[in-house]
Amino acid sequence: MTSTPDVPPAPPQSDPGAAEITTAFTVNGTPRTVGADTRVTLLDALRDRLGLTGTKKGCDQGACGACTVHVDGRRVLACLMLAAQCDGREVTTIEGLSREGRPHPMQDAFVRHDGFQCGYCTPGQIMSAVALLREGRAGTDEDIREFMSGNLCRCAAYPNVVAAIKDVAREGGDHAHL
Amino acid sequence: MTTTESTDVTAAQGIGTSPVRPDGTMKVRGEFAYSSDLWHEDMLWGATLRSPHPYAHITGIDISAALALPGVYAVLTHTDVPGVNRYGLEHPDQPVLAEDVVRYQGEPVAIVAADHPETARRAVAKIDVGYEVLEPVTDSEAAVAGEGPELHPGGNVVRHVPIRFGEQDVTADVVVTGRYEVGMQDQAFLGPESGLAVPAEDGGVDLFVATQWLHVDQQQIVAALGLPKDKVRLTLGGVGGAFGGREDLSIQVHACLLALHTGKPVKMVYNREESFYGHVHRHPATLYYEHGADRDGRLVYVRARMYLDGGAYASTTGAVSGNAATLGVGPYSVPNVTIDCWGTYSNNPPCGAMRGFGAVQAAFAYESQMDRLARACGLDPVEVRLRNAMSEGTRLPTGQVVDSAAPVDELLTRLRAMPLPADRSGEPDLRHLPGGVSNTTHGEGVVRGVGYAVGIKNICFSEGFDDYSTARVRLEALGGEPAATVQTAACEVGQGLVTILQQIIRTELGVEQVTTLPMDTSIGSAGSSSASRQSYMTGGAVRAAALEVRAALVEHAARILGHDRGDLSVGGGKVVSRTDGVLADLVDVLGDAAFDRTVEWRHRPTESLDPETGQGNAHVQYGFAAHRAVVDVDTELGLLKVVALDCVQDVGKALNPQAVLGQIQGGSAQGLGLAVMEEIQTEGGVIRNPSFTDYLIPTVLDMPPMRIEVLELADPHAPYGLRGVGEPPTISSTPAIVAAIRAATGLALDRVPVRPEHLTGT
Repeated sequence: MTSTPDVPPAPPQSDPGAAEITTAFTVNGTPRTVGADTRVTLLDALRDRLGLTGTKKGCDQGACGACTVHVDGRRVLACLMLAAQCDGREVTTIEGLSREGRPHPMQDAFVRHDGFQCGYCTPGQIMSAVALLREGRAGTDEDIREFMSGNLCRCAAYPNVVAAIKDVAREGGDHAHL
Repeated sequence: MTTTESTDVTAAQGIGTSPVRPDGTMKVRGEFAYSSDLWHEDMLWGATLRSPHPYAHITGIDISAALALPGVYAVLTHTDVPGVNRYGLEHPDQPVLAEDVVRYQGEPVAIVAADHPETARRAVAKIDVGYEVLEPVTDSEAAVAGEGPELHPGGNVVRHVPIRFGEQDVTADVVVTGRYEVGMQDQAFLGPESGLAVPAEDGGVDLFVATQWLHVDQQQIVAALGLPKDKVRLTLGGVGGAFGGREDLSIQVHACLLALHTGKPVKMVYNREESFYGHVHRHPATLYYEHGADRDGRLVYVRARMYLDGGAYASTTGAVSGNAATLGVGPYSVPNVTIDCWGTYSNNPPCGAMRGFGAVQAAFAYESQMDRLARACGLDPVEVRLRNAMSEGTRLPTGQVVDSAAPVDELLTRLRAMPLPADRSGEPDLRHLPGGVSNTTHGEGVVRGVGYAVGIKNICFSEGFDDYSTARVRLEALGGEPAATVQTAACEVGQGLVTILQQIIRTELGVEQVTTLPMDTSIGSAGSSSASRQSYMTGGAVRAAALEVRAALVEHAARILGHDRGDLSVGGGKVVSRTDGVLADLVDVLGDAAFDRTVEWRHRPTESLDPETGQGNAHVQYGFAAHRAVVDVDTELGLLKVVALDCVQDVGKALNPQAVLGQIQGGSAQGLGLAVMEEIQTEGGVIRNPSFTDYLIPTVLDMPPMRIEVLELADPHAPYGLRGVGEPPTISSTPAIVAAIRAATGLALDRVPVRPEHLTGT
């Protein structure tokens, strides 16, 4: 058994509305091409076509934040974006945060501060948190809480999430990573 | 079990420390494989057709159009279930696939396997089911009165739990009464129900699934599949939260059926809407209470009637009702108690386990009553609780005498002594107002209130259940280092059990390197990751196995070193003599030897309740937590903000202090959700809000800062003195918040969740 798809599943059959489109984009620094129905979301393209299952599907309607990724450096909800909209753009997922095998400081900080329990929301939390630093919105606890409020955590590890982000913000982040 | 050997509690990264989680790095890198991430070459996708009606006869099922769809490999109905088409945690009353009747909206009727999830979804839409729609049964009290059609043979009462303690017709000077309602809460774990079933060459199936109890799943699956136990093997897939909602089956039998039928691996994943139909919820409840006390506020009696709506199938309704009844007066010493609790069937969504399990519903009512009593006696809410607080030695309404610490008074006095947040002053920052930046006033209608509550929860399984866990511990030298391996079937659901089991091994064997094997059914049952029991039960089993390994190791060392074994101990990777100090490196003593022990471990037995009087030593341990909430309410807008939520909890022994805090924060948040946000709203059995845009759970903005104090008053009967941690903070959080809202507004507020219209009266 493996958690990496080697063979993309066949597209749906007998669908009169189906139209294929080829999307060429950069994912975690690597050029990728996905041929898929025009209605396939970025989230499904990442998870089911490219085998990048680190990005999670929590609600598939933009309410939970678990699928947060970066497109051209901005945080977006991958379930609310079509893969086809990403043509020519640069997508970063949780798998692309580390550099030369070294985890991003935010990833380290989440471990150090116990910023999760089940961890299902964590990739989305971390992608939001990294963008938050770049947006300059990690100045105070209140800012962090306000601008992280789109990422639900049912285990409610919120105090530790805030502590992890503060810690990285205080250290100035690792700009090589940002 | 008691242990006579001493324990080196200062072991590096042993118990009492907070090492980082062994699964942490994979989780933050997105590499941890949750059950919804699993993939198999050539796999199919499963989908489920569910009833749109809460109650209907099925007049026919036509699958031909679905089967004809290219890419569809199987469409199965109840006639394809080879074994018994019934399952259930307490009573096998729930069909794997509906036969001639559906009893709730969302009940599975047929399942499909196809080569793409969209194809499977389209095939589901092409199944033609004929329904003769019936009037749904939705009233618990009517069910108890024997009214309405019987949904199951034997009637609509799943269980009636009476408690008769002390005098039944005593009177009191001060009497307060109330009728309270608790809405249906959802576990709302973020990782949806999912799993992958892989058919095996031996005619069996391997299932990788997110669950709370592998062996109880296995037991129900083999009955439905008509296979022997060794043909259905389960491995835990990564679990994205549970909170009780994964104790019942969801995809388990369906995925296995499809895999066995098609001969191909089948993956099933629910989407968010389906998840709201796909698991049991917290029982909604109606509770009638009467408290009698003397003029000093000392309780003379408590009388209560409780109605818990279990929905269409029994699930754990019996045990939930048992908890609500036996814990129905709360953590107080009450001389005379009359309680009747009924768990009933209806055509509402099935209800079962959720964090707090029956204790939550009762606590909202009895704590609301304690506040009423305080007002009636002119007492401070904390004072009335202190005057009635139970303690070690108290005889509970079941007749059981509490035989370990029950520091209810200390929890309350410590809580009261904590500093309160500063008053709002000056020009308000919108973000600090109820409603945050959505607030349209300038805070002129905002009032503040403070409320207290304390709760009690039974830890581990109760009422005579044979509650045990199995653990295997192996010690050997690997790569020049002593290395331990621990194997259990205990489900890591996010609570951090994997960390704690490693800590226990380090403490008992003094080795740093501990490997945790995958959790699966190749070892005996660990019981459920529920009832706040895994640190106690599987922690206890791992400790017992480690002690057996240590005893064998010491004997081996004594033989090799020619030393008196009574003088030897192990620690820090060394074999140590009490008289001569370090004798040898553990790795050298081990050599090629391996010590491997498997232990089945039980807590002290409990008793079932007398069916007429509810008397019996039903519970093995009790956990206690208390909360103080500070709430700002905008009385014009009906918005509120919980400003502070402080907690004191006794945990006996904090095996991992950081994980304990995480449980208290998380449990408190779910209690906050029930207090002011969370309810599955049903209308005639139909769920109106099955999405995260309509069912709201607390965000980081909804959670106030928490002051937390943790007491460690050892329970001499429990491993390391520990007390289960996960559930107690969920219980007192809700009533404390509602008490604070009442204090701010003067409103009665006898229902949770409190909604804006309850505050504005509109």
